[in-house]
Amino acid sequence: MTAAAQTATYREALREALADAMRADGDVIVMGEEVGLYGGAYGVTKDLIGEFGAARVLDTPISEAGIVGVAVGAAMTGLRPVAEIMYVDFAGLVMDQLGNQAAKIRYMFGGQTGVPMVLRTQGGTGRSAAAQHSQSLESWFAHVPGLRVVMPATVNDAYHLLRQALTKPDPVVFIEHKALYVSKGTLDKDKPDAPWGAPVLRRAGGDAVIVAYSRMVHEALAAAETLAERGVEAAVWDLRCLNPMDLDPILESVRACGRAAVVTESCLTGGFAAELSAQISEHCFDRLEEPVIRIAGEDVPIPVAPDLEAASIPTPGLIADAMAWLVSREAPAWA
Amino acid sequence: MSDVARASNRPLLDLYRTMRRIRSFEERVGEMFVRQGTAGSMLHLSIGEEGVAGVCAAMEDGDSFTTHHRGHGVFLARGGEPGRMLAEIGGKEAGYCAGKGGSMHIADMGVGHLGANAIVGGGIPHAVGAALSYKTKGIDAVSVAFFGDGAMQQGLLYESMNMAALWSLPVLFVCINNQYGMGTRIDRAAANTDFAARAEAFGLAGRHVDGSDVEMVLETAAAAMTTARSGTPGLLTMTCYRFFGHARMDKSPYRDAAEEAEGRGHDPVAAARARLLDRSEAREADLDALDAEAAQEMDAALDWALAQTQPPGAAMFDHVYAPDEPPPQPLRDRLSDVLREYR
Repeated sequence: MTAAAQTATYREALREALADAMRADGDVIVMGEEVGLYGGAYGVTKDLIGEFGAARVLDTPISEAGIVGVAVGAAMTGLRPVAEIMYVDFAGLVMDQLGNQAAKIRYMFGGQTGVPMVLRTQGGTGRSAAAQHSQSLESWFAHVPGLRVVMPATVNDAYHLLRQALTKPDPVVFIEHKALYVSKGTLDKDKPDAPWGAPVLRRAGGDAVIVAYSRMVHEALAAAETLAERGVEAAVWDLRCLNPMDLDPILESVRACGRAAVVTESCLTGGFAAELSAQISEHCFDRLEEPVIRIAGEDVPIPVAPDLEAASIPTPGLIADAMAWLVSREAPAWA
Repeated sequence: MSDVARASNRPLLDLYRTMRRIRSFEERVGEMFVRQGTAGSMLHLSIGEEGVAGVCAAMEDGDSFTTHHRGHGVFLARGGEPGRMLAEIGGKEAGYCAGKGGSMHIADMGVGHLGANAIVGGGIPHAVGAALSYKTKGIDAVSVAFFGDGAMQQGLLYESMNMAALWSLPVLFVCINNQYGMGTRIDRAAANTDFAARAEAFGLAGRHVDGSDVEMVLETAAAAMTTARSGTPGLLTMTCYRFFGHARMDKSPYRDAAEEAEGRGHDPVAAARARLLDRSEAREADLDALDAEAAQEMDAALDWALAQTQPPGAAMFDHVYAPDEPPPQPLRDRLSDVLREYR
């Protein structure tokens, strides 16, 4: 921690990152629905229009595909747009412009140009927002070569990963978590938690490894607390970046203890947890004492009923139960 | 009117030459597939649409454009070099995109070609984005989105038109209406086929022109470009007829010979030739010589392109990301990493 360290919310850190990037680089513009006068549906872009004006903080019509498509063209011709898609659930409307255009232009054009843009969006449960405003769709983006995908869990990462994303030559899908906007933490503008692409060990532990990202890092840490009371020490790794992704430190950690779980809020089938599990299994096969387990969201649309919504994703209690079972073969009550 | 068109004392002859080059080029594209075999199977020819040369002549250096899957003619008219174009279409390393893109993804930042697109309507918002850059950065340029009548039925076009009008961006939307979206004639795709009328609904300057009259195309496009440059974006629709099928394998079973004969009667190249002779702006022998010159140019380009080689295997992983960024790991490397640990 340096002298510049301060306490901030995740939302404030994001806003600071945008403002600092816009001050540093006149080509950075912010565009999206309600990013200007309204200040952003979750307040991330509040007051930016006052400092930077309507030409650089561009309120758009409700035209998600168009927003991303315009950002692609702007990025190819000298601007560095931050296109906001209000909810990641609207990805279906933008996937052509993102997956077929932004992601592939550098390749299809033989490297003549890149698409240096950031698509900011947010996902996840926690506000009883139901099936079309609560999903975790990172695996859709991570499946497309050409897209970088990052998902900050902490205040400091919210700031630094967004600043770093705004220096990258390729399109970055930056997925925030709606339940983290009010979370508080230390923001040290002079000190990123780790380099771009590297995971961070949020808690050390020698009995098992938990890999998570975004909000699930916090659920995993809470689970690790209760596990410690039960005599199980779990390491918690925060992946931070799904692409690029440096898994080596995590693999080393898994080899040392032979037990690993991947925790995602995203539903199980075909999800990024499967990719992580497969890679850990491939690389740590002869050091694993137990199968790598996936603790993921239920394979259901997110229900609006708060109790059902909360039950549809991994909780600290569930994670702790599963980890205890994995480590000490002590079956939980529900098994 | 562009510098090129203004400087020429015989603009129709210049337009005729451009159109003849486009037609000769497209004929070689068809031949290329026959001679080369498999590479570049997605070939959509713009024969019958050469009147678009008039729009291209109304553009200035520094203007940019996007095209669609049938965009060879536009690129050629805006300065595309036929050898490198054919090389790209054939998947050769010497092509504009190093053999990675092909006909439907050809691009050349050098002449402002922001890319052809294989998704109908997919490149339209990129032209709007370029115009946003120009306006934001104070650059005097217009971006032109070329697309076919098929894209008139895509929602993204209307998102793009709305934003362009809302923000007063220097954009010209150009619909090359060749009457067909693949095998579906426009009257089977839209209840109201007066596409230019849609401009007004969005606050755009709408114009319509007969694509078989290239002089009228130039005049109309020049007016549209002037309007766009001053911040009122426009939609220009140009009617023409797609002389051949959608793509190489399409024998057009969905339309009859009488219709094709009538459609091919609206030939912009033949019309320009007749007018040049009629107005005594050129002699038959001059035009024959010009035609032969275009044919020779394209023959040489085709021979050169066919002699080029495909990109080396390692090029597979280039340009997925920027050069200094972490590249994808090749499958064999990954398998080696995994299996070496246990052996």
